[in-house]
Amino acid sequence: MNNFAFRRTTTVADTIALMEPTAANRVIAGGTNLIDLLKYVVTEADLLVDINGIESMRTVDQLDQGGVRIGALLTNAQTAYHPIIETEYPLLSKAILAGASAQIRNMATNGGNLLQRTRCYYFYDPNAPCNKRTPGSGCSAVNGYNRIHAILGHSEQCIAVFPSDMCVALAALDATVNVVGPHGNRIIPFQDFHRLPGDTPHLDNNLQYDELITGIDLPKQGFGDYYSYLKLRDRSSYSFALVAVASAFTIEDGLIRDARIALGGVSHKPWRISEAEQFLIDKIPDRKYFETAAQMVTDGAVAFTHNKFKIDLAQRAIVRNCLMALNPKTQRPGAKPSL
Amino acid sequence: MSLFYRHFFLLATFNWKRMMNEKHTVSLRVNGKEQQLTLLPWVSLLDALREHLHLTGTKKGCDHGQCGACTVLVDGRRVLSCLTLAVMKEGATITTIEGLTTDDELHPLQQAFIKHDAFQCGYCTPGQICSALGMFAEGKACTREEVQELMSGNLCRCGANRGIIDAIMEVKKELYE
Ligand SMILES: Cc1cc2nc3c(=O)[nH]c(=O)nc-3n(C[C@H](O)[C@H](O)[C@H](O)COP(=O)(O)OP(=O)(O)OC[C@H]3O[C@@H](n4cnc5c(N)ncnc54)[C@H](O)[C@@H]3O)c2cc1C
Ligand code: SF4
Ligand code: FES
Ligand code: FES
Repeated sequence: MNNFAFRRTTTVADTIALMEPTAANRVIAGGTNLIDLLKYVVTEADLLVDINGIESMRTVDQLDQGGVRIGALLTNAQTAYHPIIETEYPLLSKAILAGASAQIRNMATNGGNLLQRTRCYYFYDPNAPCNKRTPGSGCSAVNGYNRIHAILGHSEQCIAVFPSDMCVALAALDATVNVVGPHGNRIIPFQDFHRLPGDTPHLDNNLQYDELITGIDLPKQGFGDYYSYLKLRDRSSYSFALVAVASAFTIEDGLIRDARIALGGVSHKPWRISEAEQFLIDKIPDRKYFETAAQMVTDGAVAFTHNKFKIDLAQRAIVRNCLMALNPKTQRPGAKPSL
Repeated sequence: MSLFYRHFFLLATFNWKRMMNEKHTVSLRVNGKEQQLTLLPWVSLLDALREHLHLTGTKKGCDHGQCGACTVLVDGRRVLSCLTLAVMKEGATITTIEGLTTDDELHPLQQAFIKHDAFQCGYCTPGQICSALGMFAEGKACTREEVQELMSGNLCRCGANRGIIDAIMEVKKELYE
């Protein structure tokens, strides 16, 4: 780690005052990603601002217009086990509990989860060229060992995936992100929060360095009846997704009225294709329609030397998870396949 | 309000690099004893325990959050001390493996680990035991499958996992059901 100064804050305003338009001054929340990156010297900082004293960012609040606001500083565990989240947003609860380990979920915060960086091994290795870490140096993964990398939305410059589980559920739920900066407040729809790599792979998302995430709003519709999160990985727990799927439906009179399908582990952001979801509306929940939707979600996928298996895996995972969503009680700990 | 602060700091052009070797005092209650440490900000809680308080029961496996060997209880919750900055835990109550024994009497989990052959080299054991205590307090694990899932943050390179889960299941049944 490089040497850095350290301060604690207890209000949003004091924190904003200490932040800079460059990455030199950083806030630290749970520390589970930032400390790791500092140890590898992938990230350096002049100042760390410990924001854990900001109590107003640690609550779960019902919103007047319906829906729920979860504070950015609430831990992933507090969020997943919160009675409102467990009963009204079980998809979010399951996705969070499929991530990392119990210890890490006790530390990791909701704000930090959105901002965690890729697990591309070359990004973590300061000796390897990497456009995300060192813009213009090249991408070691394109012609390297790219088994865990993207099949959708990648660019010549970067084929990394965004590793969060929680964010796959937040994308499916159409959450919004509340942000405060030196020029006031913004609300960012979840689909606009993370970016595709394009020719700016060093930018993971659209948050500015001097902005703070204060909370995440969940809309009223929580899909409490038909939902499922499926996570496929090399180890059955405590491992990042090769492919993850969040599926959620509302079903009336035997017909799908609302459908959500979001993929994780396959792109630089949670992947959703609204045409595929629209296709399912007013259909009966049947495997043959889920198969068509899976084709639509993965349309245009391009794989590399070592991750060709991901295209097939993603399609099957979507079908399997949509079927699992019809019977959510059968879900197993750790978002393993059920049925 | 925030605009005002911002301009104030820009005018001051504060250079944090000058503050980089500034130490901070931290008060921790470790295994029932008040401790005051003066630390540089990048010292992990793990290093503070091992190098500054000489409590070497907590182990450093990976130092990157990937093994669970460094698990301790902070205010009753299991966390990874390698990914925690000690200066961020001002006022916290810490329990390590050394804090579990009273008057030479082993904690029931320690006894169960011996009974069930739940270790070979023993390097992961302090973390396993602190993690299991944290899991009991959380109250979310009922079935063996749930216990396995919620203990997955503690790796055992010796592969003593079956014994570990057996020991935990037995103590869970005896003390918590
Ligand atoms: C071994 C291991 C396995 C893991 N496995 C998984 C997994 O399977 N699935 C998964 O989803 N995640 C996984 N994680 C990642 C983990 O979920 C993230 O590290 C965690 O969510 C980050 O939150 P934090 O509060 O610790 O962030 P920090 O490390 O404190 O911060 C991360 C970044 O966010 C910034 N930041 C934090 N809070 C705010 C805020 N409120 N406003 C503005 N900026 C902010 C910080 O400046 C920093 O740049 C794993 C992590 C580890 C170490
Ligand atoms: S895939 Fe992205 S993060 Fe990985 S080496 Fe290439 S540029 Fe870097
Ligand atoms: S030493 Fe902390 S998790 Fe390995
Ligand atoms: S007993 Fe050796 S690592 Fe678990």
